[in-house]
Amino acid sequence: MENIIELAGIKKSFGTLEELKEINLVVKKGENVVVIGKSGQGKSVTIKCIAGMIVPDAGSIKVFNNEVTDMDEDALRALRIRMGFLFQSGALYDSMTVRENLAFPLRRVLKIKDEEEIEARSVEVLDAVGLSGALDKMPAELSGGMRKRMGLARTIIVKPEIMLYDEPTTGLDTITSREISALICSIKEKYKTTSVIITHDMACAKITADRMVIINDGICIANGTYGELEHSTDKLIGSFFK
Amino acid sequence: MAADSSAIKKLLEKIGEQGLFFKAFVRNLFKPGFEWSEFLRQCYFIGYGTVGIVMLTGFILGFVLTLQSLPTLQQFGAQTFVPAMVSVSVVREIGPVITALICAGKIASGIGAELGSMKVSEQIDAMQVSGANPVQYLVVTRILACLLMIPLLTMVADGMAFLGGFTGINVKGGMSSILYFRKTFGGLSFTDLYPAIIKTFFFGFIIGFVGCYKGFNSNKGTESVGLAANSAVVAASIGIIIVDAVAVQLTSSLVYN
Ligand SMILES: Nc1ncnc2c1ncn2[C@@H]1O[C@H](COP(=O)(O)OP(=O)(O)O)[C@@H](O)[C@H]1O
Ligand SMILES: [Mg+2]
Repeated sequence: MENIIELAGIKKSFGTLEELKEINLVVKKGENVVVIGKSGQGKSVTIKCIAGMIVPDAGSIKVFNNEVTDMDEDALRALRIRMGFLFQSGALYDSMTVRENLAFPLRRVLKIKDEEEIEARSVEVLDAVGLSGALDKMPAELSGGMRKRMGLARTIIVKPEIMLYDEPTTGLDTITSREISALICSIKEKYKTTSVIITHDMACAKITADRMVIINDGICIANGTYGELEHSTDKLIGSFFK
Repeated sequence: MAADSSAIKKLLEKIGEQGLFFKAFVRNLFKPGFEWSEFLRQCYFIGYGTVGIVMLTGFILGFVLTLQSLPTLQQFGAQTFVPAMVSVSVVREIGPVITALICAGKIASGIGAELGSMKVSEQIDAMQVSGANPVQYLVVTRILACLLMIPLLTMVADGMAFLGGFTGINVKGGMSSILYFRKTFGGLSFTDLYPAIIKTFFFGFIIGFVGCYKGFNSNKGTESVGLAANSAVVAASIGIIIVDAVAVQLTSSLVYN
């Protein structure tokens, strides 16, 4: 399988603090790779580097075999159209209805003018995330889990080839977390996406991961399937599974 | 010494940041796909939201200015000069500056808070990472809407000040409306008007630019939304006063000579 995302030797400091010291990560086509790490370990920074929102101090980021760090704004925009990013907060446009939230990327990114197509695609993704009938609600009327689903719907409506999930289950109750994890798997099946899932929720990792990478102190300390890492004799790695 | 140089470094960084923001604005201004509907929505918001307070302030300014200058000029038997005096000072200076300061308080803070909260809740990042263009959608539309609406609001304020002046002059003694407005407009020349109108476009730009810049560059955390709104008002007001001082110097040496 070809490599879709390749991070090699990523370093990033903020001020004097070196957050990322040496991040290496390879994601193959169709894979769900879960990145695990404690809070504040630079997981969000890593995923934002992949989307070109943060430029690393050193290292190479290849997505679809193109170097992201060399891209100008237009090239980045073209790349981002093929990529979906689910924010931890959902990042819903809270001055717009659900309908307008969903239409936003269709009109402004894919430049679709056909209102019937916009409507049909909106209904389809809302069904896919289990939010049918919410079209005319405002984001403020949605619960935490519904906001997550809604953010997911807005991301997959453009049919991205890559999905980047930043803590998709954080802040949700156990049952809703499990539903969102299942949703991530069903999106992979339905849309054939390649995904990076950042989390510190091991239950979510167990459900969604084809492979896992553990980041600690700005370095990747482990790489393997859930089963392999779960039975690791390394104390630090073991501590994530307790 | 060390504190001085780090403060200077910070200042230079801020100037550089504003320069880059300006560059991003200009580059996106001429990109295809101008957001007409968002632009018109902003024009409506700005105009509709501010016209009331601008009208009221303009009226009171004209009214007060007339009442204040009437007694002095009456001593010289020159009360018929009051309308012209009021109209010239309103059109040249008071109308544009007061309108701009009101709009700095209402519009620059509103834009700062709106974009600041979008920034904090990662909505702007979400737009950008989806491949949409937040500068074109949010910034270009708001700055252009301010650029268009502040001059219009200034004209409204000027007109209301004339009405206020007419009311004021009829509170004390009286003057027919025909005479009043003939004196008001007779006192104005083209050289009073056009430098003032040019100035208001700059004011409009400052209000839109500062509001967007502060909002776009606000930090994480909810308190930064208030900070963005607050500093937008301060910075826009200072900018307006500085531009006004420069404009007065320029017009007095270039136009009135
Ligand atoms: N844009 C930024 N500017 C400065 N510091 C940042 C920025 N983004 C993240 N950081 C810092 O980097 C560290 C790692 O953050 P993050 O990647 O969000 O952690 P997490 O692994 O919990 O997602 C934090 O200490 C944070 O303060
Ligand atoms: Mg994070």
